Formats: sequence, C-alpha cells, structure tokens
Amino acid sequence: MHLQVTNSPFTNEQAELLNKLLPTLSEAQLHWLGGYLAFYRVNQMSNTTALPTTNEVQVQPAAAVVPQGPREATILFGSQTGNSQRLAGRLANVLKEQGFEITLSAMNQYKTNNLKKAGYLFVIVSTHGEGDPPDNALTFYEFLHSKRAPKLDDTKFSVLALGDTSYEFFCKTGQDFDSKLAELGASRIVDRVDCDVDFEDAASGWLGAISDAVTVATVSAIGGTAATASAATLGTTVSAGTAGATAFASSTAPSGVTSQAAFAAGDSAFSRTNPFKAEVLDNVNLNGRGSDRETRHLELSLEGSGLTYAPGDAVGVYAQNDPILVDEVISIMKWNPEEKVITGKNGEVSTLYDALLYHYEITVLTKPLLEKAAAYSSNEKLAELVTPAHKEELKAYMNGRDLLDLLRDYAPWTLAPTDVGTLLRKLPPRLYSIASSLDAHPEEVHLTIRKVEYEAHGRNRKGVCSGHIAEHLKPGDHLPIFIQHNPNFKLPIHLDTPIIMVGPGTGVAPFRSFLEEREELGAAGKTWLFYGDRHFVTDFLYQTEWQRMLKEGILTKLDVAFSRDTEEKVYVQQRMLENGKEMYAWLQDGAYVYVCGDEKHMAHDVQAALLAIIEQHGGKSKEAAQQYLSELQEQGRYQRDVY
Amino acid sequence: MANKYKVEPIGGPPSDVEELKKESNYLRGSLTESLSNRITGGLPELDNRLLKFHGSYMQDDRDYRNERQKQKLEPYFQFMLRVVTPGGVSTPAQWLVMDELADKYGTGSIRLTTRQAFQLHGVLKWNLKKTIQEINEALLTTLAACGDVSRNVMCNPNPYQSDIHSEIYYWAQQLTSHLAPKTPAYHEIWLDEEKIVDSLETNDEAVEVEPIYGPVYLPRKFKIGIAVPPSNDVDIYSQDLGFIAIVEDGKLVGFNVSVGGGMGMTHGDTATYPQLARVIGFVTADRILELAEKVVTIQRDYGNRSVRKNARFKYTIDRHGLDWFVSELHDRLGWELAPARTFKFDHTGDRYGWIKGKDNRWNLTLYIQSGRIVDTEGYKLRTALREIAKIHTGDFRLTANQNLVIANVTSQKKTAIVALLKEYSITEGAQYSALRRSSLSCVALPTCGLAMAEAERYLPSLIDKLEPILEQAGLRDEEINIRMTGCPNGCARPALGEIAFIGKSPGKYNMYMGAGFSGDRMSKLYRENIGEDEIVDTLKPIINHYAAERSQGEHFGDFVIRAGYVKPVTDGTNFHDA
Repeated sequence: MHLQVTNSPFTNEQAELLNKLLPTLSEAQLHWLGGYLAFYRVNQMSNTTALPTTNEVQVQPAAAVVPQGPREATILFGSQTGNSQRLAGRLANVLKEQGFEITLSAMNQYKTNNLKKAGYLFVIVSTHGEGDPPDNALTFYEFLHSKRAPKLDDTKFSVLALGDTSYEFFCKTGQDFDSKLAELGASRIVDRVDCDVDFEDAASGWLGAISDAVTVATVSAIGGTAATASAATLGTTVSAGTAGATAFASSTAPSGVTSQAAFAAGDSAFSRTNPFKAEVLDNVNLNGRGSDRETRHLELSLEGSGLTYAPGDAVGVYAQNDPILVDEVISIMKWNPEEKVITGKNGEVSTLYDALLYHYEITVLTKPLLEKAAAYSSNEKLAELVTPAHKEELKAYMNGRDLLDLLRDYAPWTLAPTDVGTLLRKLPPRLYSIASSLDAHPEEVHLTIRKVEYEAHGRNRKGVCSGHIAEHLKPGDHLPIFIQHNPNFKLPIHLDTPIIMVGPGTGVAPFRSFLEEREELGAAGKTWLFYGDRHFVTDFLYQTEWQRMLKEGILTKLDVAFSRDTEEKVYVQQRMLENGKEMYAWLQDGAYVYVCGDEKHMAHDVQAALLAIIEQHGGKSKEAAQQYLSELQEQGRYQRDVY
Repeated sequence: MANKYKVEPIGGPPSDVEELKKESNYLRGSLTESLSNRITGGLPELDNRLLKFHGSYMQDDRDYRNERQKQKLEPYFQFMLRVVTPGGVSTPAQWLVMDELADKYGTGSIRLTTRQAFQLHGVLKWNLKKTIQEINEALLTTLAACGDVSRNVMCNPNPYQSDIHSEIYYWAQQLTSHLAPKTPAYHEIWLDEEKIVDSLETNDEAVEVEPIYGPVYLPRKFKIGIAVPPSNDVDIYSQDLGFIAIVEDGKLVGFNVSVGGGMGMTHGDTATYPQLARVIGFVTADRILELAEKVVTIQRDYGNRSVRKNARFKYTIDRHGLDWFVSELHDRLGWELAPARTFKFDHTGDRYGWIKGKDNRWNLTLYIQSGRIVDTEGYKLRTALREIAKIHTGDFRLTANQNLVIANVTSQKKTAIVALLKEYSITEGAQYSALRRSSLSCVALPTCGLAMAEAERYLPSLIDKLEPILEQAGLRDEEINIRMTGCPNGCARPALGEIAFIGKSPGKYNMYMGAGFSGDRMSKLYRENIGEDEIVDTLKPIINHYAAERSQGEHFGDFVIRAGYVKPVTDGTNFHDA
C-alpha cells in the first residue's frame, strides 16, 4: 500500500517521507512503531490540556493542585431488594455536594480493573440466606476473595452492611468485605455499620460520618505539604482531563515512562520456540446449560513474561494429547511407556509416554504418515492403499481417523517406540485469536475456544487443544503459549473511524479485544457488530459484555442471528442484508470491515452479502461492486481473520 | 347524604410505578419496541411492570442465575402468562389449547393458581405474542390477570350443583368484564389491531378510555371473590371485596358484602400485615356491579400511591376506619346497604370424588398436587386430562385450592371418563392423607422473583415427614389446612393456614398456627426462622397433644389456641403482637 495525498490525510511532503521510511521497516519495527504512535498521541493530548507532569508537581505546593481537580469516589452496592441501591444513591448525592466525581455501580456491573484507582471506595451491601452475598454482588465478592484481587494501599474505604438480626449470619457479607478490604491494604475511614431491617437511622448515621470524614480529609490535604499530594490525587487530576488523558490514566502505570516501556515489544524472552508457561486464571464455559456446544473463555496470566500484544493478534498454544488415547496407542502396540525415545533436534530424551503426550501428533492421519507406516506393516492392504491407484480410497480412509485406527486396522506391525519420531509429526501449536485488550486487562490474555468433539467411525473424537482445555485445564495450571502477531487484522489508526465487525461463533473473539481497546482509548468512532450462533438462550457468547458496551455506547449497533431458534435458519449475512442501506452508508463514511470465523461457509456468504449490498445500495454493476470491495481490501478497510 | 367522615387522601410523592403508569399512555409504554429487541430475552424494568397489566411477567430461572452470570450470559429470562378464567371455568376446547401451548411455548406443564386461573411458565420473549394470540383465539384473555387492577374474580367452582351456583358464576363473569381495563393497548400490542387513539391528555378523554380506573389505574392489585356458604373455599376474608351468597328458601336473594381483606406483608415491617375482610351489609344481586365499581373508585381515590407496600385496600380502610368507608360508599352509591344477613361457613377445602348435581349431571373433583398439571414418570396426569378433554362435553373448573373439577358430566360420559382415569391410574386423591389434600403452596423457586425459600417444590416432601406422625397419632383422615409460601406476599394465603410456613431464606421458615378451619381467623407466629428438623420436632408433640386431648370435632387451629400454644389473632392490626 502506497500512501498518497488522495488515500491518506497526509500532505505530499509527509507522504513522501513516510513512503520512504515505511518499506524499510521490519515486522518488529512496525509493531513497535504502532505502539509508540498510540502512546505518542495520548501523551500529546495530555500535554495540550496543560496538566502538570510529575516533576512539576513535586516542586509545587499540593494546595495549588488539589482544590482544582475534583476528587473521585467509587460507590459499589450489592442489593437484592433495592435498599442498598437506594442508600448508594443517597451517598452519591452527599458526596457530589462535597465536590466528588462519583462512580456509582452495582458490583456485578463494575469493571474491577478500575478498583486500584478508586481513591475512595464505599461498599453498601446486604446479606442473604445463610450469610450469602446478594446475586449482583457475587462476582465482585469472589473477585475480591480471589488471588486476582489487587493491593489497595492507596484506597480509603468504608462499608455499610444491611441485614436482619433474625438470621444467624447477620450482615456477614458486609463484614467479609470490610475485613477483606482492610486485608488488601485499604484504610478504613469510617467504621463499618451493621444495619437491621429498620436500617434508616443507622444508615443515616453512617452517611453523616462519611460526609464528616471526607471533609476532614480535604482540609488536611490542602493544608499539607507537597508530600501529602499522594500519587492517587495526581491520578485523579489526570483522569479528569480529556478522553485522551483518560486513556493515559488508565494504562498500567501513572508515569509516562513506564507506559512507554510497556509498548516496547519484542523484549520478551519467550517465543514460539520458547513458549511461556502461562498460569490459568480462569476457565469458564460460555455456553449455558442445555447447549449442545461448549466454548471456553480462558484467562491466562502474562505476568513476568514481558509478552505484549495488540488487538487482532493471536496466541499459539501447545496443548497435549488426550492421555486416554495415548494409553490406548501404547497398549495396542504392547509398548513400554517408560522406554526412552529421542524427541528433540538436539537429542533431547523423554519417555515414550511423554513423547506421545506432549510432542507428537496422534489425532490426524496424513499421506506421508501412511506412506512411511506402510514400511512398518506387513499388512499388504496398507501397502496397496498408499499406491497412487488408491488415491481416493486413501483420502476417504484418512478422513476422521487417527493413529489408533491405523494401528488397529493394519496390524501386524514391526514398529518400535524408537520409530515414533520418524513416523509422526511434531504436535503443532494451535492458534487462537486473542479476545482481550492488554490495556483493559494488564498482564493477561483471554481466549475463546470452542471444544471440538464429534463421533466418527464408531469412536468419540476430540480436538487436541480444545479437548484438553475443556476437560483438564483448571485455574492454577499452566499452559505453554506464545504471541503470534497479526499485522493484517488491526484496528484503524484513527480512533474516530467507524468499524463493522462480523464474527459469528468464536469468530467474535477478536472483536471483544477491539471493543475493549477502543473503550480504553476512549475512541469516538462508531462500532457495529454482527454476531450469530445456534441458540439465543445458551449460545450468545459474551452476551452481558455486549449489553454493557451497547448501554455505554462503546458498541453502537449489535445485530444477532440465531440459526436454530426459528423454523427457518437465520445467519449473520441475512442481518447484514436487512441493514444493507445503513451498512453502505457506513462504508461511504470510511468504515473498516472485519470478518472473523469459519472460512468455508460463513466468510464466503458474508462476502457475497457485502457485494450484494454494495451493488444494490451503491447502484453499481456486479463488476463495479467487486472493484469497490477490492479497493477496500487494498486500503486495508476489508480485513479478514478466517480459518 | 354527605359523608360525615370526610378525610383527605394520603399524600406523599407518587411511587415510581405510579409515574410509570402515568407515562405509559394507558399501558402501552415501549412494550412493542422492547419485545422486538433481539439482544436481550428480557424486558427493561419499566416495561416489565407494564407487562403485568397484560397478564404476564418476566421471571428467570433462579437455579441458573449465578452460573449464567459467570458464563457472561444474562439470566435465563422467561415469561409467566396468566389466563383469566372467571370462577375458574373453561371449556374442553380451551383446555386443549392450554395443553398445546404448554408444550409449544411453555415448559410442558400447566399450573392451576390459587385464584382459579391457568398459568403457563417458561415462555420466551420471542414467543409471547404468538402465545397470547393463540390464547385469544380460544376466547380467553390474559388482560388484567396481573397488575394494579381488579383480577380474575373467584367463585365457588361447582355451579351446576344447584341454580345458585350457576347464578354466582354469571356474576363472577359480569364482575370480571365490568372491571376489566378498557384501554385498546392490549389489542394493539398483541393482536395487531390498529392503534385507535394516541396520547390522551385531557380529563374528558381519560374518562372515555378508562371510565372506572382513569390513567393511573389502582394503587395496587384488587381481588374479588364470591363464596357460597357453607363452603368458604375462596377464602372470602382474604379478598379485597367479597360477596357471600345469601340463599333463602332455595333462592339467591343477594349477597353480604365484605371488604378489606388481604394476605401480603413484608418481613420485619409491622406496618404491613395480613388482614381479614369485614362484613359491612347486604345487597341484592342486581346491584353488585354498581357496588363493586364504587368500592373500586374509593380505593382508586384514597389508596396509598406513595408507598406500594401500604397500597392495598385493607390499609386504606384501616387508615381511615371502616365507618368512614361505609359512609363514603353510601355517599357514592346514593343508597345504603341493608344490614348483613346471617350465614355460616364450615370449611375452606374441596370435597373430592364424584358428586351428582342437577339434571343428573356428575361432577368429579380431583386432587392436584400443588396445582401442577404435568406428566411425571408413572403419573401421566396431563395426558389423562388431555384424553378426557377430547371426549368431555361439560366443562373444567379450577378450584381455589388448586384442584380441578371435571364438571357437568352425563352418566354416559361418566363411564368413559372413569375408564380413562383407570387407564392412566389417576385417582381423586383418596390415597393421600387428609393433610396432603388440605395443602396449598405457591410457585416460589425457581421462577418467582420474590421467593426467599422453596414452597411448591418442597411442601410435598415436608408432608412426607409429617404423615407418619399423623398416622401414628391416628389423624390420617383429619383435615388440617397446611400452607406454605416462599415469601410473605401471601399467594397461597398462608395466614389462613392452620399450620403455615412463610419462607425467610433457603430452607428456613417462620411457622404460624391457629387459623380458623373455615377461614375466619388468622394464624399467629409460633416459631421464627426454623428448618425442617425443627419444624418436625416442634410439630410432633403438638400433633400428639391434639390427638390426645382434642374435644369432639375440634379443629387443629382451635385446639392450639385453647391449649395455649398461640394467642388468637383478632384483627390484622394485632397479627404481629407477641
């Protein structure tokens, strides 16, 4: 792609300079530059709002800074009947009068990655049943009690607990939050108050105490010296600026230098050849009870790896074979699982069992494999099968069969454990589109993996990697991974460029990453997602996240198609056609189109729908529509990640 | 005649629901838009509130709630649809439609409610409209089955036993349709009828659209029932407005009128309480529509629109006094009620088995556990009733005790029905203990959003534990009304159970005792927050004591008062007193 005045926002001179530079850059340099530009932009913005830099603040008295920026308080409620919610609203009003900027949220709606920046944190929560948190407090409760709970040394907090003394575990949930927050390092500015069913007086007392306590805090901050202007106060001031500045404040560290370092990719010691053993943080089935599918949402920790990624990139996963299948292969051959075999180029040795479990592919049959295998079998039928005359028969045989089938079908064998390395392919890593934004989830990467499972030739078969992840992988386990950058599937550089995303099934994964990234950057561009699967009730992957993004305007439009809910099957391309006029208007507005997912059917049908829309709503001939789409592709405005 | 007790309606800022009704443009709201939103299977809170007036509300399977939240899926939203059947009467053809819809759009079961209505559960948002259309095609409606309006009017379900019963069924229908909302919103939204009137602002137009209710309808739901002594099966004292049939010389001469009953309360809030209706006089039948309308308008004008939990009619009356109410009513009617006539109730339960009625027609009352018409392994109740509906020429009647009457059966059909019952091994309930047959429970978990504890799914197994105790005490055939609800809102009228359980949290209940067997006295709190073991341990000695020392014909509720276990509740306002 060659930059010109006509296809870019640059002047002739700028375009020339860029055209000179860009073709000389390596992959790694390009990636680094992408990150650098994003940071450069954000930094520019924060500078234009004339916010003090860290250095400037240190020489100024805090009093000059603190009164100008509003203080921030986060009020979280967990409510079953609405009492906590109402009290939270009252507290919000009290604090607003004191000049606070308020984040008021039900616990399950709260983005926990903001917790560290909360400043003041107020928790109002009831207790139910046998000391249980209310439904909308459960996920937050579990988060705080998990090892992912952050340190909260800079946080000031207080808890109001609602309950009923006729229950054994009166106000237990509030008490749990209170002690947990203290344990995480937060300082209690007002002691917890436990309220009975007639909570009004006690709650009002607590509200009054909070009001007094924050007033005192303000006075001491203003009266103090530079040293009392804590880092938290500074963070508050910065994030109160423009959208760009908010993005700056929400990156991992408060200082620009650290942020910049985070963008310097390529300094990780880990790679495809030296995978990082990522700890599993969470592994959830996204399909509801009653679904005939299973899709895992896998959260992995990148802590300490130095690995970074951008939306659109993928993760390579080294999985392991199904131990049951390995056992069966060994037992049918009457091999000794402990026998030592060579598995690496440099003569690394492992047991036969480990070799079959970790190093070699045993679930797929290939032509070279069968040809090689024929030499180890005295069964003439195999020798015959691999001859050119039986090409079609061979293809049919390989379809849906694995090593165990081969070993069963074409005995007797002269195959020895030491031949395994010659016969079998190395187990390849599986690539999965990344489903998270690094800015939204620092030091984490999320994947969306559908379990492959089917029956063929009388046996139940599973995908190597998806089967392993779905059936065996638990939080705390480790998975060897690396980052696979994908420069061909990237968000537009301009934050206000509209984007259209078509991602049915697990194809939706990168779009979660895209939207999270745009949210973190405070991007103003419109976004439109087309999603589809089988059943609305059970198969709407990340449903509640899209709902939140729609509500908050991060996602402008969402159109869905569930193919098995109606008598006539409906797919995403139908939804595109129904919205053809508007889609074409978006394209004319410069929208980028992204398609991710199944190549065979979906991507083909989606492309046909796109062409039909351009033809119909652009008033173009078939050829002109084709031309239009080709130009989009050349301009990088039609990107696909299909498999 | 001027009302000498002039009072001011209670003030206070209107509750959010009142604001919603006002802005809804006669129950339209944004329902049409919300129903077509494909991103959620639910409705926004405001539309859900409005939907109730249309006979449905959103629920979610609470068994799935937490796991789905972790799966990043919204709750498993589904809708309950309630069908208005005045007096619980439906035709075999209508029964077959309900049966079909239960499979097509519901969860394969039909529920008979404690107010003689059908309920379907588990209808998805996308299927709501089709389901409601098919219900209407069967000449049934869901309009006003829920919401702040007069609900399905109840009456004794055996009208063909005598002329009296068919007369009161007629009045139940008349009352239901006279007090039904008149807004065209229902037809526009569900039945694709053209939008008739747009926004109506002026008072004149309001009178035109909803002559009885006006633009904000009632402050709260309003329940009407008709009882025929000696049966108090409809629990007349639990109704906002009750009509007690007065029969003299075999003829219906009119009704005693009772007002201000209601079961609901809130745990821990003594300003809320169950209350029994009080009899205020007598009217002839031809005047009851006029009377009901005036009673409703008084509640419309004086009910509490600021605090919903104090909005029921019982609080309006208790706030201003019964004398005020009667005076206000007389004022609005322009005539006075006659003094109440004498009558006597002696039971609230149903009488099971075949009963021969007038014209040699037969009626069969079947015991239905928790009102659930469902096929289970070994008990194909729904299938059996479907087969009966296919040949039945009379009608079906739901009772106030969630049982079913196959009514108006000819001798010839009786033989065929008996054969079908035998084929499917359906019994009228004789094999069950009297306690089980006298049990009542609400739906509760997993679908009811208000439930704090199990009810329908649990009461049968609690009774399993109590039956051996009764058996041993020789009380297997002694009818004791036992009721359980998952929350204090009172759907199964727990305050009128001689033994009653109101859920507090999973597995824990408040236990009440001492209600009158004929529904004329409420129970009193006896034990708070107890689980199954404590329930059984608490009841065992009391049951044995009752077996040993009861006097002739003395009911359990009366005995526990005489024996000093609980004090009698003489009025709702002392229900909470220790």
